[in-house]
Amino acid sequence: MKKNMIIVATAILFVVLFIVAATLYNNQKDKDLTSASLEKIEHVQRDYSPTMGPLDAKVTIVEFFDPACGTCSAFYPFVKQLMNDNPGKVNLVLRYLPLHQNSDVIVNIFEAARLQNRFWETLERAYQTRGAWIEHHVSKPEKFWQQLGGLGLDMEKLNEDIQSAESARRITLDIQDAQQLNVSKTPGFFVNGKPLVHFGYEQLQQLVESEIAANY
Amino acid sequence: MIHDKIKTVSQQGWVLIFICWLIAMAALFGSLFFSEVMGLQPCVLCWWQRIFIYPLAVLFLVGLFPQGHKVDHSVVRYTLPLAVIGLGFAIYHYLVYSGFIPESLQPCSKNLSCAEINLELIGFVTIPMLSIFAYSAIIILLLIYRKRFY
Repeated sequence: MKKNMIIVATAILFVVLFIVAATLYNNQKDKDLTSASLEKIEHVQRDYSPTMGPLDAKVTIVEFFDPACGTCSAFYPFVKQLMNDNPGKVNLVLRYLPLHQNSDVIVNIFEAARLQNRFWETLERAYQTRGAWIEHHVSKPEKFWQQLGGLGLDMEKLNEDIQSAESARRITLDIQDAQQLNVSKTPGFFVNGKPLVHFGYEQLQQLVESEIAANY
Repeated sequence: MIHDKIKTVSQQGWVLIFICWLIAMAALFGSLFFSEVMGLQPCVLCWWQRIFIYPLAVLFLVGLFPQGHKVDHSVVRYTLPLAVIGLGFAIYHYLVYSGFIPESLQPCSKNLSCAEINLELIGFVTIPMLSIFAYSAIIILLLIYRKRFY
């Protein structure tokens, strides 16, 4: 009987130790991530990135995204909702982190569309038609190209602009900044330079609301 | 007197299997800590080693619950083969890690290299090393148990 007690107590001890160690580790990681990204604040935001919402808003959401990422697509309406719920106070900066194969070509098309002032329309079209141009987690740029009708894009100019060295430079810099900030998954959010450590709708909402409370 | 001696001997046997169980549990919770808490993705070879260590945590536990006064001796029969195969994977992984076997010859996807060292405790202890240690310790204890009590 005594042995059975030892076994049960040991098993419980393992579980308790695991939970304690996990909690300690996570707390430490939260602190490290937050302080690290505040130190590297210049990597969070660049002046060339596409921005939505009032420029004088005091709360800025920076999102590293991949157009082929389903979660990014699911978060897009939610982020817009957050901005609508707090009119004038929140804006959104998008940065590229094309992790899926060939997604770098897709974001190049976004940059080209941006030169024609059609960035957000193109982005929304990409999210709406995901099924048509993503196959087994691989982006198919030629199939995405076919989805671009009706957006008022000058396709010939678009085709020229996707060769742009400036776009390539920006995309490369975005990817390098993501590495600097330890963003390895999309969407990767920062609110006023603070990383969203625990991923989720509610957590993002809380982070945004706490920044609004601190700045307004 | 003789009865007492038998009891002591079976007590020692129980302790050996109990230590084996502790090692398997430490490996189970430790590996889950690496992957679920620290977010280190297990590579293919790590998965093979997990396959052979996780059942040991259950098998030793079942063997530990005494039938009458004795540990279930047959636990050795079922656990030793798993530990030996697991040790094989651990050694293989260690060789890949330390560069004796080139990366291209082993079955890992490009994104998740088995040769990439992403954790070194106190400077030199890597995950395959921990795995080799756990499997070897279990095997040695089981061999002692088999010789003395089986």
